[in-house]
Amino acid sequence: MSNAVSALQGVSHAGYIDVEEMGLRGMVTLRGDLTSANVKIAVKTVFGVSVPDVTKCALQGETGAAWMSPDELLLLCPHERAEELVASLSEALAGEHALVVNVSDARAVFQLRGAAVREVIAKLAPVDMSPNAFLLGHFRRSRIAQTPAAFFLRDETTIELICFRSVAGYMFDVLKRASSRGSEVNAL
Amino acid sequence: MLILQCPYCGINADETELAAGGQAHIKRETVGSDDNAFEDYLFRRVNPKGVHFERWRHANGCGKWFHAARCTMTLEVFGTYKAQTFEPPQNIKDAISAKRPGWKWGDFS
Amino acid sequence: MSSRLSSGGRLLDRSTSVAFEFNGRKLKGYAGDTLASALLGNDQMLVGRSFKYHRPRGIVAAGPEEPNALMNLGKGGHFEPNARATTTEIFPGLTAQSQNHWPSLEMDVGVLNNYASRFMPAGFYYKTFIHPRAAWKHLFEPFIRKAAGLGKAPKDRDADTYEHFYSFVDVLVVGGGIAGLQAAKNAGEAGLKVLLLEQTPHWGGRAPVDGAIIDGQPAEIWISSTVQALENMPNVTLRTRTMGAGVYDHGYALGYERLTDHLAPSTAPRHRLWRIRTKQIITATGALERPLSFAGNDIPGVMLAASVRDYIVNHGVSAGDRTVIVTNNDDAYRTALVLKDAGLDVPMVIDARPDGGGPLMDACKEKGIRVETGKAIAKVKGGKRVQGIVLCSQAGAGGMLEEVACDAVAMSGGWSPVVHLWSHCGGKLNWDDKTACFRPDHTRPPLGATGEGFVTVAGSADGEQSSGDCLSNAVMRTNDVIEALGASPQSTTAPQADTEPMAAMAAVWKMPQGAGYELRSKMWLDYQNDVKVSDVQLAAQEGFESVEHTKRYTTLGMATDQGKLSNINGLAILADSLNADIPQVGTTTFRPPYHPISLGAIAGEASREIFQPIDKTPLHEWGEANGAYWEPVGHWRRAYCYQKPGESIEDAVNREVKAVRDSLGLLDASTLGKIIVKGPDAGKFLDMMYTNLMSTLKPGKCRYGLMCTENGFLTDDGVVARIDDDTWLCHTTTGGASRIHGHMEEWLQTEWWDWKVYTANVTEQFAQVAVVGPNARKVLEKLGGMDVSKDALGFMEWKEGKIGGFDARVFRISFSGELSYEIAVPASQGRAFWDALWDAGQEFNVTPYGTECLHVLRAEKGFIMIGDETDGTVIPQDLGLNWALSKKKEDYLGKRAQQRDHMTDPNRWKLVGLESIDGSVIPDGAYAVGTGLNENGQRNTEGRITSTYYSANLNKGIAMGLILNGPDRMGDVITFPKIDGSEVKAKIVDPVFYDKDGEKQNV
Repeated sequence: MSNAVSALQGVSHAGYIDVEEMGLRGMVTLRGDLTSANVKIAVKTVFGVSVPDVTKCALQGETGAAWMSPDELLLLCPHERAEELVASLSEALAGEHALVVNVSDARAVFQLRGAAVREVIAKLAPVDMSPNAFLLGHFRRSRIAQTPAAFFLRDETTIELICFRSVAGYMFDVLKRASSRGSEVNAL
Repeated sequence: MLILQCPYCGINADETELAAGGQAHIKRETVGSDDNAFEDYLFRRVNPKGVHFERWRHANGCGKWFHAARCTMTLEVFGTYKAQTFEPPQNIKDAISAKRPGWKWGDFS
Repeated sequence: MSSRLSSGGRLLDRSTSVAFEFNGRKLKGYAGDTLASALLGNDQMLVGRSFKYHRPRGIVAAGPEEPNALMNLGKGGHFEPNARATTTEIFPGLTAQSQNHWPSLEMDVGVLNNYASRFMPAGFYYKTFIHPRAAWKHLFEPFIRKAAGLGKAPKDRDADTYEHFYSFVDVLVVGGGIAGLQAAKNAGEAGLKVLLLEQTPHWGGRAPVDGAIIDGQPAEIWISSTVQALENMPNVTLRTRTMGAGVYDHGYALGYERLTDHLAPSTAPRHRLWRIRTKQIITATGALERPLSFAGNDIPGVMLAASVRDYIVNHGVSAGDRTVIVTNNDDAYRTALVLKDAGLDVPMVIDARPDGGGPLMDACKEKGIRVETGKAIAKVKGGKRVQGIVLCSQAGAGGMLEEVACDAVAMSGGWSPVVHLWSHCGGKLNWDDKTACFRPDHTRPPLGATGEGFVTVAGSADGEQSSGDCLSNAVMRTNDVIEALGASPQSTTAPQADTEPMAAMAAVWKMPQGAGYELRSKMWLDYQNDVKVSDVQLAAQEGFESVEHTKRYTTLGMATDQGKLSNINGLAILADSLNADIPQVGTTTFRPPYHPISLGAIAGEASREIFQPIDKTPLHEWGEANGAYWEPVGHWRRAYCYQKPGESIEDAVNREVKAVRDSLGLLDASTLGKIIVKGPDAGKFLDMMYTNLMSTLKPGKCRYGLMCTENGFLTDDGVVARIDDDTWLCHTTTGGASRIHGHMEEWLQTEWWDWKVYTANVTEQFAQVAVVGPNARKVLEKLGGMDVSKDALGFMEWKEGKIGGFDARVFRISFSGELSYEIAVPASQGRAFWDALWDAGQEFNVTPYGTECLHVLRAEKGFIMIGDETDGTVIPQDLGLNWALSKKKEDYLGKRAQQRDHMTDPNRWKLVGLESIDGSVIPDGAYAVGTGLNENGQRNTEGRITSTYYSANLNKGIAMGLILNGPDRMGDVITFPKIDGSEVKAKIVDPVFYDKDGEKQNV
């Protein structure tokens, strides 16, 4: 629908890295037996990616799958396709004990761009962000300051971060503060 | 500030990612239990000096509950394991026996 | 007088002068000065007053151990009390004020305490301010409050920002002296990831001041080449101005980086708290010199010998023109040599050891310095400034041998290794008689997660004395660490450094040995808190034998320096008084932080607008623009009411309450929790979660449900809708979503893990709007879409479809007693949907309403609210909700608990409605009084108010309350005393005040 808007409608900030809210993204929660052949086939068929390993994500542009917990995936897609893919995946999993639900609007997505993106996250999350510890393909659920979040590397200088929609404003302000010029750490 | 390895996702989780859930391996008492058994279930907890089993949730993480075997004196962690069990797995018991010969906790040793 | 020398000062940039202000006076220092060195350079020896007696206090030390030179720094939003002048670097425009005096530093009324000090021994306050009790409020407390505290509390909000940084390394090295540098180098060369922290702005520690020669060259050359080598290692991170503040369990350590304290106010973060996880920690934190206890050792001008040397070598500042040295060890002779080299006068070195020292003493004698061995200072002469000393024999009682004129005294009582970080997490210590200090016991280290030690100590912190020993110790200790981490040491040889033979020190705990009370009561142990040798002896005499008790009784070591100078001297006196050995007495517990750190650093980013996350609904912005008066509900912000321009909050609520019942109201209900529960066992699971039956609910229907904890107490409520055969949607209270979702997951994961149920918290996927009032249906019909007629969508039913073109789930439920639809649309379209309702509702006087209106409406209908009618001690039976307790189910969470004696007691207070006789609003939380008194002589209570409002629809106060035998006492009038002493009488009535037959919601 054309009147659909994301929490912060694409707001951005240029600090010593760039922070931008990415607008609406499609997201589908799948809960089920990730080891079952049916689930693997259904995810591959509907989303075009394999079920990722523990704490990893498989990405193909705007589409992808991220490991949330032993029985949960977060499936990514263009926002306007989410409902349709929920229906397809539900159909593909008919008869399987699984839960498929659209959570696109429950989330906000931020993109962090710049050479020091790891460092900004390292100010806010109790996670080893050094280049030999946090790698492309990793998908980390943790907290950012005081709110739950998940993040992954899109490439070596781009991090995408997902949080709840209601705290998008808080998240943006926290990222803005952490990336303010003059607060560089240079220690990763 | 503890670090515990979540047995589901393998993350070495900082305590600020975790939520503590108290003593592990408590059997639920319910309708039909006598008052003493029910009171024990609701309120009585051990406070051992040494080997202890605790419940933790990887709350800011994969969201799963797990158990940790820990020494309350030295904070040494003998191991963590999934919560879907009625007693600690043998490898955890062995790990404790190696470090604390002759230990006992509840019905376990 | 103290003064700036014409040359010298290796840390000084004499070409850059720096103007600063002290107590309103404009002074000048140089780049590289600390505030302490700059003050000394301006002959400002008097820098404060002590805590208890308000004695004049001068600078004693040159580092974080300084007890006296505490300053109020900065102004306004940058004001900070209790900053140490010795760790404060000056910058242009710095302003400092000394503390704890009135009206001025030089003329202080509080010094009267000093003249009364005979009558204020240890425990004085405990003993004195007891009776009469009435005197506390008006006499003792105001006096103590005025006298207490050092710096002033800041008045303005902190203008600075702070942040955290999470760092993960193999080895954390704390201390950038030569031992720390060597340790970092060895660990770095072994390929380990290393973080090296140094609290000062400079690398190398004491070695350059002490004139160490390393690998045949002055220490400074070795230091700079080692730092260079470390900077070239990609696996090593170096940080100056960063203190290792504390060591905690499982390899957690805190580093405290001061980014801008040495600069004029800037926009960069002021402090950064490094939250470090490391496999191993090497503390190379050096050692602190101890004072000697002689009468008058607190008079300004009496300083630590090594600190006197620091000021000359580092800052080109002399503490005095004529400096007497007093010592029990060889190191202080270095100060004599430095003074002499600077062209200053050293009238005498007083060495308490009968045979004096080794080669350093000989070197002094060669320079013509007079050395008196076996001697002591009987007392220091002077008031606000040292004027001379009285020499005596150490062995005697203080009989005067001669008077020596001087303006400074440099004392050395030996060195205490800084074992704080080793001890924070339980590392044990051994007393070393030879060097009279506690040293780390490497066989009993602090234990980490694996049960192995994770901290080691290197250099002089390990008790080593010479540069050569420090370096070889650092190599040895670091190689142990490298091997413990499974890596290979690359080198086992340490750099060569001079290792001067030193004569053994002698433990001298008071001076002279046989000093009488008169002298002992002028021997200061703790300068900041005014604890003297005589106080500790009194404590021992009065039975305070434990060192922890003595500490608290005398306040020894309880000041902001945490006893860095006083603890060892104090416990030696205690041991002596108890005729015990020092190790038997033991130490007090070392606790982090090593040196005070700012609260801002601990808070990190959590300040101002990001103090806490605030949850906002998709309709938050509309509320902001339309007069919303916000209230926090959990982390959510909900509109309490929407004020029109010029309208009071009360008027806004009353207007909203009437508008909803008269025509049409809109409520942002997005905050209600929404949890999907799905699976073959979902019905069975929900029957356990809720007190009522959910498995029998038909798809398309809704049911109000109650949730209890295993204790039987109500924890949440909400409407459950059955979506399809194996899917339910559970609504929770605002702010209850993640708690209830967690509650469900806990039971599924840890108790019924074989049940096939999945849950998902979809709260934020939807914006939810309650469309409420007699015209609710009309406005929806106007928008068009699904049939919302009574026949198509009856009360307690739900449907999915389109409303005004929006994808919607419509629930025909009511928390107001009105015709009501709660409509969920995707959150991204929430605002558009609300706007559509707003436009369509104009002809019906559509009124947005807030939480207070919601409360009034539900109270008019007698509906309970979790958190008002419940408080964690209330069971459904108390609220007359027995109809919601399934009798068909064998079990549900809380059922067994509700069978306990106390829960079935017929005397539990029960819910009723209450109407004040005079129509007023009964105060919230008021208690009803019954007859008689309880055992404390208070009136017995028989109930309390749980909800109370003014109802604009009924034009009177209405309330609900839990009342003893309430439901059986309809019509009774009971009494609620108010806090102003008056009473309000209220009649017990049915809790449903409005539309008792429920006709309005069933249209």
